[in-house]
Amino acid sequence: MITRSKPVHSAIAFLGTLVSLAGLFLLLYAQFVAILQIVIYAGAILVLFLFVIMLLHARSGEGSVEKLRLQRPLAIVLSLALLAGVSFLFLQAGLSEAPTPAAGMGTAEEVGKTLFDHFILPFEVASVLLLAGILGAVVLSKKESWS
Amino acid sequence: MGPLWVVLAITAVKSLVVIVALLTAFAYMTWLERRLVSRFQVRIGPNRVGPFGLLQPVADGIKLFFKEDFMPSGADRALYFIAPGLAMVTAFTAFAVIPFGPPEVKLWGVPLLQIANPNAGILFILAVSSIGLYGIILGGWSSNSKYPLLGALRSSAQMISYELGVGLTLVSVILLSGTLQLPQIVEQQTLTWFGFLPRWNIFVIPVGPLAFLLFLIGATAETNRAPFDLPESEQELTAGYHTEYGGMKFAAFFVAEYVNLVTASAVAVTLFFGGWDGPFVDQVPLLGVLWFIAKVFAFVFFFIWLRATLPRVRYDQLMDLGWKLLVPLAILNLAITSAIVLIWPSLGGG
Repeated sequence: MITRSKPVHSAIAFLGTLVSLAGLFLLLYAQFVAILQIVIYAGAILVLFLFVIMLLHARSGEGSVEKLRLQRPLAIVLSLALLAGVSFLFLQAGLSEAPTPAAGMGTAEEVGKTLFDHFILPFEVASVLLLAGILGAVVLSKKESWS
Repeated sequence: MGPLWVVLAITAVKSLVVIVALLTAFAYMTWLERRLVSRFQVRIGPNRVGPFGLLQPVADGIKLFFKEDFMPSGADRALYFIAPGLAMVTAFTAFAVIPFGPPEVKLWGVPLLQIANPNAGILFILAVSSIGLYGIILGGWSSNSKYPLLGALRSSAQMISYELGVGLTLVSVILLSGTLQLPQIVEQQTLTWFGFLPRWNIFVIPVGPLAFLLFLIGATAETNRAPFDLPESEQELTAGYHTEYGGMKFAAFFVAEYVNLVTASAVAVTLFFGGWDGPFVDQVPLLGVLWFIAKVFAFVFFFIWLRATLPRVRYDQLMDLGWKLLVPLAILNLAITSAIVLIWPSLGGG
């Protein structure tokens, strides 16, 4: 995603990342969250990203990549270090079968119950935050007619 | 259920059958649409190739297959190739969760008349169709041309706006059924009222008909069909997002469009008209497939009829309709449905 020079290509790479993330959720038996991940992020948010990118000039943002000195060798060293770290963890923990989840885990019913039972306060706070965001957007876009 | 490889093999065969059926349906829908629209306009339509012009789709296919495969200058090569494929693949994928027959029909414990039954049923269709939108956006953008870009922008704005209304409408149906899974939604509708009237969701007065109407308008807009076909309005945009496409890549977009129409019809049938429910399905389960196909066909006919009848709306009218009418009505409908389900819990499955 961050290696592309065209913004649209980066956005599509981001789409790939989101879908892969949904796949990870599926591996964790969280079907409902996986589908929501795609509906909300890929279906709404990223489309708006693309919308903005396309409304700007088609080639905006290209060629403005600043290159650091020693970027390439540093990148190789750092990614090798990351690979070493991850493989060390893997070798230490060993591979084992994923635990079988409790019946009904990850279904829409369970997610809903947890959300409105255990996490009702954070849920409501988040909704107030979103409302504030919407109001802010409306106020900002209405500015001229008031002053 | 049998061993894993049996399940996988059966699923693969089911998918293959559905894909072939959808492709055939696509081919003959192009023929049907041309013939019917001609009828509506007091013309004759394609009737030269084979009896009643029935071989016309074959001729069209051969023609498209032998067309030159070109690349517009300045196009984004990779995305130009990916876009039609993305549109077509997602169109087929959305059909995977639709039950086209009773779940009793099984082979080694695997239901034969539905490909997959995820817990988030309806949401799966929404998710996949939202990915399909990228095919249109990228196709329009990568062509490096004005009209396709405008078509793609219109299409994405339209689909995001109407997805909201459709999503809210679906929530009231989900409330009525108490489940997200499509087979269970159909199963509930097989019951009857007063012993003879089918308990289809469309007959749940007053919320059923309103929800259906909202869904129908939203689905027409989401499949880019007339009178909401602004992304490809010929008079303004030449052809819209696929102006710069030709040959098989154009055909892929075309397939996606018609398959999406079939899927939208199938979802309408499943949610509001009892899916495969019909007389004598209890005795002969396979009859359900026929009922399902008949109902979907009725919807496809309706969409073609709509196209031949209504003029295209203006773009600001389209947006007004979506945001100022569809969304508030969907919220109102949701509130009424919630109240009804609270008062008569027996109506909802939950």
